[in-house]
Amino acid sequence: MSTAARSTREARRTDIERLRADFPALHQMVNGKPLAYLDNAASGQAPERVIAAVAEHQRHNHANVHRGVHELSERATEAYEGARRSVQRFVNASGTDEIVFTRGTTEAINLVASSLGRTRLKPGDEVLISEMEHHSNIVPWQLVCEATGARLVPVPIDDRGQLDLDAFDRLLTERTKIVALVHVSNALGTVNPIAELAAKARAAGAAVLVDGAQAVPHMRVDVQALGCDFYAFSGHKMFAPTGIGVLYGRRELLDSMPPYQGGGEMILTVGFGGSTWNALPYKFEAGTPNVSGAIGLGAAIEYLEEIDFDALAAHERGLLEYATGRLLEEIGGSRVIGSAEHKASVLSFVIDGIHAHDLGTIVDREGVAIRTGHHCAMPVMERFGVPATARASFAFYNNRDDVDRLLDGLKVAKEIFA
Amino acid sequence: MNELKELYREVILDHNRQPRNFGELPDADRVVEGVNPLCGDKMTLYLKLTGDRVEDVKFKGTGCAISVASSSLMTERVKGSTIAESRALFAKVHEMLTGASAEPAEELEKLAALAGVREFPTRVKCASLAWHALSAALDGGEQERVSTE
Repeated sequence: MSTAARSTREARRTDIERLRADFPALHQMVNGKPLAYLDNAASGQAPERVIAAVAEHQRHNHANVHRGVHELSERATEAYEGARRSVQRFVNASGTDEIVFTRGTTEAINLVASSLGRTRLKPGDEVLISEMEHHSNIVPWQLVCEATGARLVPVPIDDRGQLDLDAFDRLLTERTKIVALVHVSNALGTVNPIAELAAKARAAGAAVLVDGAQAVPHMRVDVQALGCDFYAFSGHKMFAPTGIGVLYGRRELLDSMPPYQGGGEMILTVGFGGSTWNALPYKFEAGTPNVSGAIGLGAAIEYLEEIDFDALAAHERGLLEYATGRLLEEIGGSRVIGSAEHKASVLSFVIDGIHAHDLGTIVDREGVAIRTGHHCAMPVMERFGVPATARASFAFYNNRDDVDRLLDGLKVAKEIFA
Repeated sequence: MNELKELYREVILDHNRQPRNFGELPDADRVVEGVNPLCGDKMTLYLKLTGDRVEDVKFKGTGCAISVASSSLMTERVKGSTIAESRALFAKVHEMLTGASAEPAEELEKLAALAGVREFPTRVKCASLAWHALSAALDGGEQERVSTE
């Protein structure tokens, strides 16, 4: 590509309004008002390219993978494995055998908890997590701890919603066999210093899993630079379909782990005296996989690779600052939950005298989509002494107009509850 | 905005601001905890029965305006009613919330203020939480737990 052509493309790919046009769902009326979609931490919208890639596969190339000798099965297999190569490139894994497709982040964490946890953990061992984890990075470990007699140890967070690093150092001991941490908190927006924490944990002899569901839509992730053993994320939070996710796993560890589920695809031979397992990553992909979902994820990655992520991260930071500033200045009795120094595009807040659920309903009538509730992070709500928060979460396609619309909606709520 | 006004009627806002019968009932015969896992609403309902009559009823907990107001209105209304009357009321309220009847039944009186919930399917559970707790309390058993899920 010539320099001129590249700079033209990069210019296009940082122009927010042009990018916004790529997402058909953003351009619709909701309750008689133009949609302002601010629930990206729950699920992102898909660009036309992802929708088209999935449709094209369903229309012309649908078949089972790794089985048929016929043309359609070959096409489906090539597209599925092509998506795996895209994922490998996207997170900078050292090989495609380290990329396991799952249903999502939750299944990826359950896979590790079940397969690694049940074989490695003994009574007295410890699994270190944090107080800011999503339920899906708490409950799988609780289950495996119950089954093995290991202990679940949460690292506390401070009043700004940041991990207590001294406590982390103190709680990381020779008993710690697994450390499971969120990269970016869905309820607070806190960005954890994963590279630093992973280095300490691995030096202490623990395996490190990172819940990256909220990180991948906002920042470049390099699993080798982070130094983690596992990295889990979901397609639908990064503009791909639901029902597809990824577990990156370090090859040596994946190799040493038993299968998670039994079925087709994951076997080499089956006999009633015993079976043998397929090579990585197929050992962990029992049953017919979500082929069209993987293709959609591959298309989302190709889309993201054309975007200047650093420029867009700056744009998202700008939106977050703008929204935070306006909220605190203009909405009396408002309080932001989570004010970490390093924070991604999540604005979690409460307003005195108005429950988050009522806020959500009222702004929805104004066409503004936000999330309300405990965000599957009840320990975080407990820590901050609130039953629920309202959460506006941004993607690169959001603009100041979306924030203005949110503020208008909140002012309607203040009027109603005056 | 009109639908919002229908939902957040003055009666609802008033009962949210100043919930009636709010607190614990130390000599309750029945105690039921109600949770709405969707939004984290939590309420505990205390019921004291004399014969087949609800002698006293109180609630405490946290929740959205719809759930608090519904709890408050419910306690205000069933206090002094018979078990059979309270059950019949629950059925009428349920019909109103789910839109099974076009107009709220006349005997609902003040409870008809909850009718605006019909236009907000995601909020029906908020309004019905207290009533499910009441139903469980009337069915008997101490220290029960009900969920809207």
